[in-house]
Amino acid sequence: MKTLSLIAAGVLATSTSVVAETPVLTIYTYDSFVSDWGPGPAVEAAFEETCGCDLQFVGAGDGASLLARVRLEGDRTDADVVLGLDTNQTVMAAETGLFAPAGTDLSGLNLPIAWQDETFVPFDWGYFAFVHNTDMDNAPTSFEQLIALPDDVKIVIQDPRSSTPGLGLLLWVQAAYGERAPQIWEGLAPHILTVTKGWSEAYGLFLEGEADMVLSYTTSPAYHLIAEEDASKTAAEFTEGHYMQIEVAGKVASTDVPDLADQFLAFMVSDAFQSIIPTTNWMYPVSVPESGLPAGFETLITPETALLIDPQMAQGARNMALEIWLSALSQ
Amino acid sequence: MAQRAQPISKVLGHAVSLGVLGLIVATGVAVALRAEDGARIGAGDWAAIRFTVLQAGLSALLSVALAIPAARALARRQFPLKSLVITLLGAPFLLPVLVAAMGLIAVFGRTGLLSAVLSAFGLPPLQIYGFHGVVLAHVFFNLPLATRIILQGWLYIPAERFRLAQSLGFGPSDIARHVERPMLITVVPGALMVIFLICTTSFAVALVLGGGPKATTIELAIYQAFRFDFDLAKAALLGAIQVGICIVAVVLTRSFPVSDGMGAGLDRRLDIRPPRGWVFTTQDAGILTIVILFLLTPLAMIVLSGLQGIATLPPQVWWAALRSVGVALGSVVVTFALVLPLSFALSARSRLAELATSVPIALSPLVLGLGLFIMLNPYVDPRAVALPVTALVNALMSLPFVARILTPPVRALRSDYGRLSASLGITGLTWARLVAWPRLRAPLGFSAGLAAALSMGDLGVVVLFADGDSATLPLMLYRLLAAYRVDQAAGAALLLLALCLLLFWAFDRGGRANAAL
Amino acid sequence: MLHFDKAEFDNGGFRLSADWQVPAGTKLALIGPSGAGKSTLLAGLAGFVPCIQGAVRCDGVDLAGLAPGTRPLTMLFQDHNLFPHLTVAQNVGLGLAPNLHLDAAQHAAVNKVLGRVGLEALGDRKPSALSGGQASRVALARALLRARPLLLLDEPFAALGPGLKAEMLDLVSELLQGTETTLIMVTHDPRDAQKLADQTVFVDQAVAQLPQETGAFFANPSDALARYIGA
Repeated sequence: MKTLSLIAAGVLATSTSVVAETPVLTIYTYDSFVSDWGPGPAVEAAFEETCGCDLQFVGAGDGASLLARVRLEGDRTDADVVLGLDTNQTVMAAETGLFAPAGTDLSGLNLPIAWQDETFVPFDWGYFAFVHNTDMDNAPTSFEQLIALPDDVKIVIQDPRSSTPGLGLLLWVQAAYGERAPQIWEGLAPHILTVTKGWSEAYGLFLEGEADMVLSYTTSPAYHLIAEEDASKTAAEFTEGHYMQIEVAGKVASTDVPDLADQFLAFMVSDAFQSIIPTTNWMYPVSVPESGLPAGFETLITPETALLIDPQMAQGARNMALEIWLSALSQ
Repeated sequence: MAQRAQPISKVLGHAVSLGVLGLIVATGVAVALRAEDGARIGAGDWAAIRFTVLQAGLSALLSVALAIPAARALARRQFPLKSLVITLLGAPFLLPVLVAAMGLIAVFGRTGLLSAVLSAFGLPPLQIYGFHGVVLAHVFFNLPLATRIILQGWLYIPAERFRLAQSLGFGPSDIARHVERPMLITVVPGALMVIFLICTTSFAVALVLGGGPKATTIELAIYQAFRFDFDLAKAALLGAIQVGICIVAVVLTRSFPVSDGMGAGLDRRLDIRPPRGWVFTTQDAGILTIVILFLLTPLAMIVLSGLQGIATLPPQVWWAALRSVGVALGSVVVTFALVLPLSFALSARSRLAELATSVPIALSPLVLGLGLFIMLNPYVDPRAVALPVTALVNALMSLPFVARILTPPVRALRSDYGRLSASLGITGLTWARLVAWPRLRAPLGFSAGLAAALSMGDLGVVVLFADGDSATLPLMLYRLLAAYRVDQAAGAALLLLALCLLLFWAFDRGGRANAAL
Repeated sequence: MLHFDKAEFDNGGFRLSADWQVPAGTKLALIGPSGAGKSTLLAGLAGFVPCIQGAVRCDGVDLAGLAPGTRPLTMLFQDHNLFPHLTVAQNVGLGLAPNLHLDAAQHAAVNKVLGRVGLEALGDRKPSALSGGQASRVALARALLRARPLLLLDEPFAALGPGLKAEMLDLVSELLQGTETTLIMVTHDPRDAQKLADQTVFVDQAVAQLPQETGAFFANPSDALARYIGA
């Protein structure tokens, strides 16, 4: 009995001393970020080298469930930073009052658009695009061309209610066509093979050969080129322009380590973090590192027009676009 | 035990029933209370309810319609490897949905096996995506269950009845009318109901094969209410509607699937003479061939496509596999802690226990997980309890099946040996060691295998509770997919399939080895 | 004439042989220890167990190749002689037409035979509403209606208790009076044999021995029989 309590006391002592010595920074992010193949492990190692802290990533489902998770926990959340929201969610996220302005120096950003949000800090971005095999002989260069193709040319898309790219496509059509969006969706409907829950299922179906094109990012072919030395995938460049996704992180207002959170957000836009992004998250860094982009990225298409609905309008646009989408695809 | 302890077991069974039902209600209430606005059920939600009921009903009808001739052929024909075939035919029911969907697409997809055959004849490829795709997948999952329940019905027909039929000169149609149809009337409603209920909570199948927002199930609507709109009131209400449909279905059929349809020993030789004539032989051989091909080809495709990737799986995936096995074993322990008292109460025909073991079939895993999260979050770190919570939820989900496997043998144990044990003064642990264990070990092994396999493949609530370090194998599979690693994902799918079947086989085998029957 | 011509039956590895004949109309009892082969003999005769050597002939017709339902016999089992979902009248009607498409004359025949077993009022009942004795009477009524040359009783009245069993055997005897029906009954009770059977076969150690006149059989028991009946 005596030994037992001694051991218990020892364990207690060590654990408290660990807590006292190394502050813990808890970051909620989407699951694929923390996975062994995502940026998480490298980011954790790089930040812990300099911060004298313990960085703990918590994978909370995918991008869409991340915000729901934080709202569910409210003020009690353990999170100090939430990483992985995008511009479609920032206004809704800010309205919850759970986030505090960051004050990070963003002068080094080179995004295609000017960054104005004061609460959230961007960490990577990409263009949505339809990815196809290079041997596809009738690859469309616009939504209208895609619609005009024979019905057996199939695309796989994601459900906007459960997937970030899915929502991105909704806003893409909305931004490019405005009032004509319902016609575009009615035209697309016969080409849609199926609507999946998330990006992974859709991309998997495409790789299996089930569909000719899949909604993904212009950067997707870079994975195949760099990781698999496979140059057979490319993205179709659309003349309407491509919708952007900008992924952001924000400091949680109730954090008990605000300085550490600020330190992380500053680290996030530095070279150390930004150079990890291209070949782990397969997105563009918000600030191109000194070493430049990895070899292979130069082969990617670079859309002339970047489309993005003002985050302030995104919430309203989202609900309207969803109604249009649902009624076009439910017939 | 038999006499003196019966009241005790019933009290315990009622306590567990109340615990299970209480937990279910509490999680629903927790979600509802956390809601910010009142719930509004819109046109889209009604469409989801309609779609759910329609696809579940059709899936149940088709599964049972196919299962009847298949079970009849299995009952009256003897052929080499029959017992192996019966075991393998159970596999789809144990499969993780995502893995099964991959297998189905490899067979029925636009570039699948069947389409390749069709295109060789100049025909257009199959179109699996849509309502019929969802139904096809559900039939794939549930045909094995239906076949087993109905085959059990055939085996329960007294041998003398077949002899009587033969000695009266019955032809196949007379046997169908006087022997088989009365049995089917008692067995089919239960089979229909259990499959209907399983299909009402369908989620991932509709997401991959549904083809679009038309194929929105209630569970999917719950998911969207939570994630897209953060409308917890709606999530709770839809969850309640789902359970409500379950209760209505139970009341309507007035029967519970009491058959131990998943029970062992289905390869027992029956005293049934197969009808003579090539028509019947062709009919039986035809239906068995179709069913075997339908159920086993997708499995074969999973194996084929995974073989390459499984060798290249990184160590993290193997660790995740180990963790999943751990969760599955934990789930078995929790399942038994719940189900043993429940099946004693069920064998005494407790209505409360019946409710507690049937509502979980139609329970929304998301609402359950969400409710647990809301209840636990203020007190403990969700990450710390991720694996125990997963084990608990998986145990709840397998409860309806396991309870139905165990109840008939428990009932027989009490009615056949209860008085004998009591009169010999065999009680307590001695009773458990000498009477209960030898009589129950085969169904216990079988149900442990089922609980372990179902838990192994389930992603369920783990997402809400998971943190980066305690990923289970199904989550790891998703991560591989999300990281473009399709070949390795196929390898992980094969690993998952193999582990599910291995766990099931090991428990089932362990229960039957040297079993005194 | 029922003739076992060096017949051997294989009941899942257990083999029973018989080599004797009896004239039509004989009332025959089968007696012997448990597991000696009494039920195998009946099952072989009825076509549930194959005859692997020799032949069984009834009035010169080889039974091999005849399905159980087309053999010239009716068998009453120990249990499950009635279909629980059919009424008494329907259960009896099966003896005329398995599809139950009965014409008026056949309906009348069913009613008549029910009358002969004393159940004319119970035609609409389900078996679950019958007593054990009543259920046996229904099975007997059907056998009567089928009027096959052979009637096999595999202890159908064993569960009825001594008084009721005796009553049923009396009924069987009465019903068969004046017919040429050959009766073969399995029994454990020498009194049953003495009451009903003019010949008795002792089945022991996988052999159905030659039939003997019942009175003489029990009057001068062999050693094996003496051991069996404990005399």
